Amino acid sequence: MSRLLSSRLLPLFATALVLLVLFAGAGWHYEHFFSARVVLNLFKDRAFLGVIALGMTFVIVSGGIDLSVGSVMACSTVLLATLIMGMGWPVPLAMLVTLGFGAAFGGAQGWIIQAYRIPAFLVTLAGLFLARGLAFMLSPRSLEIRHAVYTDIGARGLPLGDGLTFTLGPIVFVAVLAAAIAVAHGTRFGRTVYALGGSESSAALMGLPVGRTRIAVYALCGAGAALGGILSTVALGSGDPTRGTGLELDAIAAAVIGGTVLSGGRGWMVGTFLGVLILGTIKTILDFEGSLDPAWLRIASGGLLLGFILLQKLIAIRARDI
Amino acid sequence: MSCLLQLRGIEKRFGSFAALRGVSLELRAGEIHALMGENGAGKSTLIKVITGVHQATGGSMEMAGRAHRPRRPQQAESAGISTVYQEVNLLPNLSIAENIMMGRQPMWGPFIRPVEGRRRARAALARLGLEVDVARPLGACAVALQQMAAIARALDQEARVLILDEPTSSLDAREVAELFAVLRRLRDQGMGILFVSHFLDQVYALSDRITVLRDGGGVGTWDVAELPRLDLVGHMIGKPVAARAAESARNEFRGRAAAGFFQVEQLERRGVAGPFAFGVEAGGATGLAGLLGSGRSELARMLFGIDPATSGKVRVDGREVALHSPRAAMAAGLAFCSEDRKVEGIVPSLSVRENIILALQASRGPLRRLPECEQAALAEKFIQALNIKTRGPETPMGTLSGGNQQKCLLARWMAVQPRLLILDEPTRGIDIGAKGEIEALCAELRRAGLAILFISGELDEVVRNCNQVVVLRDRRQAAVLEGGAISLQRIMETVAAA
Repeated sequence: MSRLLSSRLLPLFATALVLLVLFAGAGWHYEHFFSARVVLNLFKDRAFLGVIALGMTFVIVSGGIDLSVGSVMACSTVLLATLIMGMGWPVPLAMLVTLGFGAAFGGAQGWIIQAYRIPAFLVTLAGLFLARGLAFMLSPRSLEIRHAVYTDIGARGLPLGDGLTFTLGPIVFVAVLAAAIAVAHGTRFGRTVYALGGSESSAALMGLPVGRTRIAVYALCGAGAALGGILSTVALGSGDPTRGTGLELDAIAAAVIGGTVLSGGRGWMVGTFLGVLILGTIKTILDFEGSLDPAWLRIASGGLLLGFILLQKLIAIRARDI
Repeated sequence: MSCLLQLRGIEKRFGSFAALRGVSLELRAGEIHALMGENGAGKSTLIKVITGVHQATGGSMEMAGRAHRPRRPQQAESAGISTVYQEVNLLPNLSIAENIMMGRQPMWGPFIRPVEGRRRARAALARLGLEVDVARPLGACAVALQQMAAIARALDQEARVLILDEPTSSLDAREVAELFAVLRRLRDQGMGILFVSHFLDQVYALSDRITVLRDGGGVGTWDVAELPRLDLVGHMIGKPVAARAAESARNEFRGRAAAGFFQVEQLERRGVAGPFAFGVEAGGATGLAGLLGSGRSELARMLFGIDPATSGKVRVDGREVALHSPRAAMAAGLAFCSEDRKVEGIVPSLSVRENIILALQASRGPLRRLPECEQAALAEKFIQALNIKTRGPETPMGTLSGGNQQKCLLARWMAVQPRLLILDEPTRGIDIGAKGEIEALCAELRRAGLAILFISGELDEVVRNCNQVVVLRDRRQAAVLEGGAISLQRIMETVAAA
């Protein structure tokens, strides 16, 4: 029993171990790496990827994929900037509408996938182009957001002493992580998502609401992308139609490194969290090593991804042989 | 006894095809009711109409006195009808407890109470006399336990009607006995059980009444005691059972396997199975007999190059051939009908014609495409010769019944005209009439000089069809029986020998 359990949780342990080794190794090699500031920056820089990757994890666990998140995020930043600066909307209302846009965009994709039985890859690929185009239509170039409320929330946060603050981005990231874990493992909706990824026909024969759940999963992921966009405008002070290009692939990579199986039915929100931190740590190490070619970031991510996929395959083969 | 579920004149059409033509059935509380019929008679469709997967196009249903017209499986479940489908329809990635409780988890506000859920799952399994760790993932459990979990799920919903679609096809004898004990207990508690099976012994051992379907229509309902087996089979196929062509073929055959064209010498896959040594004569049928897990399928996969041997030789016509891949095996004149026709055999979305010509096309290579008219002629020929029940050669394979899919697979391999045809469990999950037809077909093929390697878990089938039997025990060859030495008794003694 304990062996079986450990083999099921093995990918998660492996992910945690890799993060630990990366961090300890870097801390040993570079002075000042092992500091609260580095950790804090790690959370700050990766907050929007983290939120988006958690949404992506829901979609992948349900047996789907969402390629549109990078574009939806970009579109959300421009939409938000336009609403606040161009139309003078109050900030909270503009944010709510932006979140609603993300959820509606994702939900519409989910509805098409469900109603017409079209592969999610194709529908969200179309979504990727659509949302990116929409972003450029709203504004062809970056829009600065100069607003009293914005500078205010950008500076606020939990003071940690030593002049450090746990700012909005990381707070939202951690809160979303907690909510994602609670929903995935503790609610009927979350378990139905896993059921859907395990076997759609079985889930339907068990009388579970398959269609509703699938649409909700994509809406959730779209809302996550919009939330990621909002966080990026707070951190960077602007909306930009070119932001988040290729981000969908980073989100998928983070989920897979975290132990989520691309064919659905298996995955952990915590794993995705760890995966995001691993990608961030590699980036930080490269920043420390000023002379290193940034190409190593991609190579390291690619190597890790491959390693984890092979590990998953190995576990699957072993499970079959038992 | 009170009537629980009443069906009156149920009709179901798919386009212009009538799958059900006015079926009536009455299921009483506290009875086990067997639903019998050949493949394609409409049993599965009828069940899906009762459970709301399909909607009837005519007729009416009543459940416990109230009109029953479910549009979704959920509605049938809440009306008190639970179903255990032929292929266990549960979620391998979740725990046993979650599979039992899914959709009805005890809640605390918006959150699930996992501890309470596991307790209720354990209680449901306890009613079946089972005590297992319900936190285990279902996919890691034996099929029998998965089936029990499906029944436990039904029990937890307080179902009053339980439908079992071929629940025993993947269970061994002990597991079947356990399942039957559970079903009898449930019946005595007043549940109505509708039971579909191909095994006559099981039907007679378990059920109280039998309803027979044929070609989408109801033939009738009888008390078990008033329906002799031969009459039942007659009702099912609508004609007397096909003559035992297989037996006569066996008696006619006088070849000597030891001098056969196909020689297996000390073939072994390390750590998996072997060594094996035997010969196959043209026109002969070699049976592989042994218990489940004795290495039968492993040997077949070795011969066809799916899991190639690590040592030993295979000679065809005295020449050594390396069977390192299915392509090499096909080139050497072998063909393989897999045991798992759902996963490894048929391509459900392709048409019957495309499925039949698949292997032939593969052996010709992608550039020499088989002309359209030749394909059509070939498909037509096999549909006629094998009596495949389909709406036409262009019907998607997935819509055919199990026995007819099996016949298409046979056709596929017959089309390449192999010299040695490996049949792994060719009659599993198909009914008596189709079984007889497939056996007769094999006999005919052998008369034309084809050799057959026949793998079956049903020993009497092996005895009936084969002129040579390789007996396997613990993944090794235990003995080779020939001609008159073949008998059920001898095989069982060899299998059981210490």
